Amino acid sequence: MILAVLTVAGMASAMGLRNAVHCVLALTLGFTGVAALYLQLDAQFVGLAQIMVYVGAVAILIVFVIMMTHRSEPAAPPNFISLWTVGSVVAAAVFAVLAWAICCSAASTQGLPPQPGVTVQQIGDALMHRFLLPLEIMGLLLTAALIGAVVIAMGHKEDMK
Amino acid sequence: MTWIIKNLWLVPALPILAAAISALLRRRDRIAAATLAVGSMAASFLLSICALLHVLTSRGGNPIHTFNFRWFQFGNEWLKLGWMLDPLTAVMLVMITLVGLLIFIYSLGYMDHDENFTRFFCFLALFAGAMLGVVIANSLLLLFMCWEIVGLTSYLLIGFWYNKPEAAAAAKKAFITTRIGDLAFLLGMVWLYAKTGTLLFYDGGAGCLENSALTHLVAQSTAIGLTASTGIALLIFCGAAGKSGQVPFHVWLPDAMEGPTPVSALIHAATMVAAGVFLIARAYPLMSAHAGFPYTPTIALQVVTWVGAITALFAALIAVAQFDIKRILAYSTISQLGYMMMGLGVGGVAVGTFHLITHAFFKSLLFLGTGSVIHGCNGEQDIRRMGGLRRHMPITFATYAVGMLALCGFPLFFSGFWSKDDILRSALTWSVSRAPFYMGAFGALLTAFYMTRQVFYVFGGRARLAESSRNILHSSHAAGSAHASALPRESPTVMTVPLVILAAFAMLLGFMGTPAWPWFQSFLDGTHTTFAVSAFSGLAVLPVMVSSSILVFCGLGLGWAFYGHKPIQHADDLDELDKLQPSIFNFLGHAFYLDALYGATLIRWNTWWSKVCDWLDRWVWNGAVQSVSFCVLGIAHFDDFFDASVVNSGFDEGCQGVSRSGQILSLLQDGQVQSYMRIIGCALIVLVLYLLWGAKA
Amino acid sequence: MNSLQNYLLLSSLLFSIGFAGALIRRNAILVLIGIELMLNAANLNFIAFWRYGPAPAALTGIMFTIFSISIAAAEAAVGLGIILAVYRHFRTTDLYHMNSLKG
Repeated sequence: MILAVLTVAGMASAMGLRNAVHCVLALTLGFTGVAALYLQLDAQFVGLAQIMVYVGAVAILIVFVIMMTHRSEPAAPPNFISLWTVGSVVAAAVFAVLAWAICCSAASTQGLPPQPGVTVQQIGDALMHRFLLPLEIMGLLLTAALIGAVVIAMGHKEDMK
Repeated sequence: MTWIIKNLWLVPALPILAAAISALLRRRDRIAAATLAVGSMAASFLLSICALLHVLTSRGGNPIHTFNFRWFQFGNEWLKLGWMLDPLTAVMLVMITLVGLLIFIYSLGYMDHDENFTRFFCFLALFAGAMLGVVIANSLLLLFMCWEIVGLTSYLLIGFWYNKPEAAAAAKKAFITTRIGDLAFLLGMVWLYAKTGTLLFYDGGAGCLENSALTHLVAQSTAIGLTASTGIALLIFCGAAGKSGQVPFHVWLPDAMEGPTPVSALIHAATMVAAGVFLIARAYPLMSAHAGFPYTPTIALQVVTWVGAITALFAALIAVAQFDIKRILAYSTISQLGYMMMGLGVGGVAVGTFHLITHAFFKSLLFLGTGSVIHGCNGEQDIRRMGGLRRHMPITFATYAVGMLALCGFPLFFSGFWSKDDILRSALTWSVSRAPFYMGAFGALLTAFYMTRQVFYVFGGRARLAESSRNILHSSHAAGSAHASALPRESPTVMTVPLVILAAFAMLLGFMGTPAWPWFQSFLDGTHTTFAVSAFSGLAVLPVMVSSSILVFCGLGLGWAFYGHKPIQHADDLDELDKLQPSIFNFLGHAFYLDALYGATLIRWNTWWSKVCDWLDRWVWNGAVQSVSFCVLGIAHFDDFFDASVVNSGFDEGCQGVSRSGQILSLLQDGQVQSYMRIIGCALIVLVLYLLWGAKA
Repeated sequence: MNSLQNYLLLSSLLFSIGFAGALIRRNAILVLIGIELMLNAANLNFIAFWRYGPAPAALTGIMFTIFSISIAAAEAAVGLGIILAVYRHFRTTDLYHMNSLKG
C-alpha cells in the first residue's frame, strides 16, 4: 500500500513540477517505487534490471538532455499548454474506462498462487533457447538505436562550433 | 466458217472498244480517234461479210445459229444471254456496217472544222457498237440493254453542239419521248419473262420465240380479252413505235435534225430509227402467233399496220409544207418508217425488211447530200435561200437526184420502186381492209410531190444564196471560212465519194428483190428461188407496178408544174401552195399543231406534277427531315446544357466540396503533437468501450 | 494490495497519469517522461498478470517485460537525440512552437 502511494506520488509530481530537473528526480523516485513493486511480485530479476536500466541510465540521460537544452530565459515559459483542461479530461476518461473495465472483469479476488521461484539461470535458459530470436533482434535494435541517436544528435560541424 | 458464230460478239465489241479508247483521248488526238472509229467499223464490216457468207453457204439446214451463255444466277435460275446469226441478222449487219463505214468516212470531211472532232467519233463508234449489239442479240434483255445505249448515244449526238439551246432541248425531247415507248417495252419484257421464264429468243426449243413458248402465250388470255401474246406484242410495239417515230411519238424526229448531218444520216435515217422496225421483225413469231385462224392477221399485226399507214400519210402531208431542208427529209423518214411498219403488218418480215434495207441506202444518201449542200452553202439550211446549185455542185446534184428518184419509187431502175411495190402489193391483198393500200398510194403521190419540190427549190432556179442576210457560219464551219463566198461550192472528195457509192447501191439494190427474182425475200424466208419472168403475171404484180408508176409520174408532174415550170426568183417569194391554200399550208407547216397540243396537255400536266412533287419535297419530306434534325439539335442542346450545368458543375461542386472539406479537415492538423495525442486518447476510450460491450454482449 | 485487481488499478492509474502529463506539459522532454511512465505502467501490468496468471513457470511475462524495458531504453535514447536535433533547429523545447507540420 505504502509502496503504491509512494509510486503514485512520485509519478504525479514528475508530471506536475515546474522545474524539469525536479521532475526527473521525482521520476527516479517513481522508478524505484515500481522496482519495489516488482520485487513484491516476486520478479526479482526484472526489478533489479529496472533499477539498473531506468534509474541508472534513462534518468541520467534525461538529466543530460535537460541540461543541454536548458536556456536561461528571463521569463520562463508556461508549463502547461492552453488546452490543459481538455487533456486532463481525456486522461481522466481513459482512467475511468480502464478502471471500469478492470472492475467488471473476472480478475477479482483470486487467491495468490504459490511463489514461482524464478532463478536467473531459468531466465538465461529461456533467453538462449525459446527467446533466442527476439534476443538477437533486440541486440540489433539496440545497435541501430545507438548509432541512430548518435547520428541524429551529432548534427553538422558548423552547429557544433 | 462456223468460227464466225462463236466470234460474232466481236462485231459490236470492236466499235465499242474503239469508243472506250477514244473517250480517253485528248481533244488534239483527232487522227487517233478517227482511225479507231473507221478502222473498227471496217473490221466489223469484214466480219459481217464473213457472217453473210456463212449464212449463204449453210442454207438448207437450220437457218438460225445461236450461242448462248449464262450470265448470272439468282436463286435457282440462271439469267442467260446470247447472240444469234440468221439471215435477217446477217443482212442487217452488212447494211449497218457498210452504211456506217461510208458515213464515218464522210464525217472525216464534214466535221473537219469542228473542234470536238474526237468526241464526235467516240460517240459515233459507241452508237455503231450498240446498234450492232441490238441486231445480234438473242436475248430480249441484251437487246433492251443495247437499245438503251443506242438511245443514249442518240441523245449525246443530237445534243452534240450543246451550247445551242435548241440542240439541248431537242436531245432532251428525243430521249424522253423514246423513254415512254421504252417503258412499255420494259413492261412487255417483264410480262414475257413472267409467262415463259426465259428471255432468249432461240434456245434449242426453249426460247420465247419458239413453238412451245408461243403456244403457251397464245393460250393465256388477259382481262380485256386479249391473249397474252397479243398483249406482250402490243407493249413491245409501243417501244418500237417510240424509237421509230410512229405517229403519237414522232415529235422528236424533226427536232433531232439539230444534230450534225452525219448523225441525222446514220442514226435518224438509216439505222437507229430502223431499230424499231427490226425489233418487230425479230419478234415477228410473237406478233403473228395465233391459235386457230392462220388466214386472219393477229390483232397485234393489225395495230402495227394501221399505225404504220396513218404515220405514212400523216408525215407525207406535213413534209409538203416544210422549208428546212433537213426537216423535209425528217418527215420523209417518218413517212417511210410508216411504210415499213405497214409492210411488216401486211406482208411479213421479208417485205418490211426489204424496204428497210433500200431505205437505209437512199435516205442516208439524201442526208449526206443535204450535208454536202449545207457545207457548200456555209451553213444555210432554208431552201428558199438556196437555188441553182446544180451548176455549182454537180456531183452532189447527180447523187441527190438518184436518191430522190429512189425515194419516190421511180420505176424499174431505182430500188425504192421494187421495195415500195412489195409493200403496196401486200397491202392490196390484205384480208382485213383496203384502206392501208389507199393511204399508202396517196402517200407515194405526196412523196414524189414534195421531193420534186425540194429538188427544184434547192438545185433549180436562180442562185439565191446571196440574199441570205444572215449568212451565218455555224460554229463548226467558222474555222474554215477562208473561202467564204456568196457562191456555193462543191464539197471535198472525202465527202463526195461516199455519195457516189451510196448512189450506186441505191440503184442496184432493188434488183435483189424483184418479183422475177425475189432473192432477198427467199433469203430471209429460207427458201430457194429462181429467175422467172413469169412471176410478173402473178397475182396483182403487174397492176400494182403500173399504178404505182402512174402515181409517181403524177407526183413528179405536179411538182414540176408548181415549182419547176416557173423557176423561183426570190427567197421571199411565197410558196405556190401557200398562194393557193394558205390556211391548209399553214396548218401542215406547223405539223398539224401536234407539238403545241402536246405542250398544252402533256407537258403542262407534267410541269404541274413536277411542281407538286417539288412542293412535296420542299415542305413534306424536307419538313420531316428538318424536324428530325431539329429534334436532334434540341437533344444536342439539352445534352450540352446538361453537360455544362449538371455534370460539369456537379463535378466542379464535388471537387470544390472535396477541397473545402480538405481545407476544413486540415484545420485538424495544427502541428501540435498533443492535440493528436488527445485524439488518440479518445480513440482508445472508444475502442475499450467497444471491446467491453462486445464482451458483455 | 494483494489482489490482482489492485495491481491492475494501480497500473492503470499510473498509465493515465503518464498520459495526462504527455498531453498537458509544454516541454518536449517532459512529454517523453510521460511516455516512459506509460511504458512502466504497462510493464507493471505484465508482471502482475504473470504473477497471478495460470502458468508462471513459463516465464512469459518476465520475458516480455525484459524486452519492453530494453526497447524503452532504446527508444528513450533515440527520442532524446531527436529532441536535441529539434532543439538545435527551433532553439527551444517548447512544443507550442514546433508546429511546422501544420496543415
